[in-house]
Amino acid sequence: MKRLRRWLIPLAAVPVLVLLGYGFRVSPRDIPSPLVGRPAPGFALATLEGAPLDLATHRGKVVVVNFWASWCYPACYEEAPVLERNWRGYRERGVVVVGVDIQDKREAAVKFVGDFGLTFPVVQDLKGAVSVDYGVYGVPETFFLDSQGRIRVKHVGAVTDDVFRTTVDRLLAEAAGP
Amino acid sequence: MTADLGYGMTLIALGLAVYGGVAAGIGARTGRLAVIESAQHAALGVFVLVTSCFALLTYAFLTFDFSVRYVATNTNLGTPFYYRITGVWGALEGSIILWSWMLALYTIILIVRHRVGARELYPWALATMLGILAFFLLVMTVAAPPFQRQVPVPADGRGLNPLLEDTGMITHPVALYLGFTGFTVPFAFAMAALITGRIGDTWLVLTRRWTIVAWYFLSLGLLIGGWWSYHVLGWGGYWAWDPVENAAFMPWLTGTAFLHSVMIQERRRMLRLWNISLVILTFGLTLFGTFLTRSGIIASVHSFTQGSIGILFLGFLALVLLTALGLVAWRWEAFRSEGELDSVVSRESAFLLNNVLLVAAAFTVFFGTVFPLLSEAVRGVKVSVGAPFFNQINVPLFLSLVFLMGVGPLIAWRRASLENLKRNFFWPVALGIVAAAAAFALGVRSLLAVLTFATTAFVAVTIAVDFTRATRARLRVGESLLPAMGGLLLRHHRRYGGFVVHLGILIIALGVMGSHAWSVQTETTLRRGETAELAGYRFRFDGLTAVEESNHFKVVGAFTVSNGRVLGVLRPAKKFYPQEQAPIAYVDYRLGLREDLYLVLGDFARDGSQATVKVQVNRLVSWIWIGGVVLTLGALLAILPERHKSA
Repeated sequence: MKRLRRWLIPLAAVPVLVLLGYGFRVSPRDIPSPLVGRPAPGFALATLEGAPLDLATHRGKVVVVNFWASWCYPACYEEAPVLERNWRGYRERGVVVVGVDIQDKREAAVKFVGDFGLTFPVVQDLKGAVSVDYGVYGVPETFFLDSQGRIRVKHVGAVTDDVFRTTVDRLLAEAAGP
Repeated sequence: MTADLGYGMTLIALGLAVYGGVAAGIGARTGRLAVIESAQHAALGVFVLVTSCFALLTYAFLTFDFSVRYVATNTNLGTPFYYRITGVWGALEGSIILWSWMLALYTIILIVRHRVGARELYPWALATMLGILAFFLLVMTVAAPPFQRQVPVPADGRGLNPLLEDTGMITHPVALYLGFTGFTVPFAFAMAALITGRIGDTWLVLTRRWTIVAWYFLSLGLLIGGWWSYHVLGWGGYWAWDPVENAAFMPWLTGTAFLHSVMIQERRRMLRLWNISLVILTFGLTLFGTFLTRSGIIASVHSFTQGSIGILFLGFLALVLLTALGLVAWRWEAFRSEGELDSVVSRESAFLLNNVLLVAAAFTVFFGTVFPLLSEAVRGVKVSVGAPFFNQINVPLFLSLVFLMGVGPLIAWRRASLENLKRNFFWPVALGIVAAAAAFALGVRSLLAVLTFATTAFVAVTIAVDFTRATRARLRVGESLLPAMGGLLLRHHRRYGGFVVHLGILIIALGVMGSHAWSVQTETTLRRGETAELAGYRFRFDGLTAVEESNHFKVVGAFTVSNGRVLGVLRPAKKFYPQEQAPIAYVDYRLGLREDLYLVLGDFARDGSQATVKVQVNRLVSWIWIGGVVLTLGALLAILPERHKSA
């Protein structure tokens, strides 16, 4: 018995290690946005090409509003191809991706869009009013709106294929459901 | 191209480190010198390769080589030359290179110093060092590679985190990391002692100076960090009990405990198990600190990056703790037969109490730091633990530690007689009481402040008593005053180095107490030409100017400060970086021995007609830095090479 008891010494470290491991399951930055479940603030801005874009015209569709900036590196650089790929894959099914470029220079934004060959509409929020309405804390942040125009999911950091697909599939299923 | 070259070198270094670690282990087991020599060559190879990686990355920063991803993320064409160098370790990937480089450097020094002298322990220590180095090189190849290609190559980079654009950034991380990595060497020797079963005093003697060196750098790193926080962050404080500050403070506490408990083992053959455990704990805490900073599991102002690196560090931490503690359990029998404590009134027990308090402080800091995690795991509630918790528990602990600083060095070993106590402590206690009375008479009403004055006076007098007594003894044998004092310091440099460090801590304690008890602040909005007043200072708002710098835009306020006569113009500013959402405050201050005047610019009208300014009069803060300088001088004195005693 006594011989065994000393092996309790290394075991003492285990609870601490388990607790630290648990830390990976939660993020201290996940502070729930009060906007989730509320109607998305509307906006009408000009796209980089100069065409007008009003969020209200997309009511009835699942809309992905992505806040980004050309200086947001590397997260925005990582998610740009993901957004483009999924926009192409889902646009047939009535999904709209809208990029909102914030606190940026026009030339830099145009270069970014060109470099990644983005084809979804991108507007510039020059005065920052839209980002304030959405409570954007940093870039990138992405809001998933359901067909009734409510914010359903707020995603902080680069969007991945997985996040995009699971969220959008769920919202599409809801819209198609009873 | 640059990225591939760097990555290739990292891979080879990793291979060499693994090979060297295994070879050193085999050499240690079989006693074949040729194999150990081969491990040494491998270590040298690792050092050369990591140095080259470091140089290559620096070169990439200096030449704006944005084809390297890490360079593109942490610099832009506007970054000034100086910050392009500090930018090399401004973020995760680079700081891992710096870390590995220091570890490789320490490994080389270990080889040079101990190759001949410590036959049994050395090969295992070398194997441990190379094993740990291999882990960091693994991190450099898989989790946080500094050399990663960036395609397409951007025309300009993102830029360095503006808060890191400060001269402190060259010294603070370097000192801190030298301290952190420095504790690897005592750990490596402790492992060697456990593996070989030679848990006697050899490993302690071998690592004593290493420990002081690591402790010295860690202290320096913490102090510079405090200074950086004070003059850059603009909240007027130097310590916030932020998780990452705590992460650096915990190994300092256990390291300090170790420095003291070593003396009991040397003198009385006690506490072997305790000493080994402290070294394991200290090294474990340095890893924990890195884990905490880089995993992002606890919200902190410092956690700039997240990613898979956290998992890797947790795995390594688990490996280190379980192996080390497993070895302790395996050698359990050998830790028997220790000396016994003779009396509670003795130097041993004073040191023991000092150790208990230091470890208790480390534990409370640890508990407070991980409590948010614990609360979320157990109750599912997000909480944050703030400064009041840490202060409430640690202030009494630290005050007791300061008190023991006076008792420990003078009380007798084994059993202190009444005679001994009277002879050593009559004057210190008397003057401590006088100091308390004087403080009270001068109008100090805070109990904590009075206690602090009494305790620091008590300790200062014990140091003075000891030093005068020793000097007198030398004068009696015919030496003259100054050579006698100098000779004492050099001859017993460890003892007096320790005393000087203690003096430094006393000064820091006074500074901390003063800044907490007597600082005042106000926030006010002034129109141009208007004046406000705080603690005898009058400050007039003279207007705003805008300045365009290479990588940011700056709005500078001018405030004429006077206290009867004009003291000068202070120019706090707000810096606007394109890549940052919020402006960065640029503090302006006037430092003084009695108090600092500290101005932070708040909101302002665009036309410069009015501005909000936060004014603080921070009392005695300068003494913290002065105490820091004294402390480092003391540590240097203690590190001086041991002179061979001929007489």
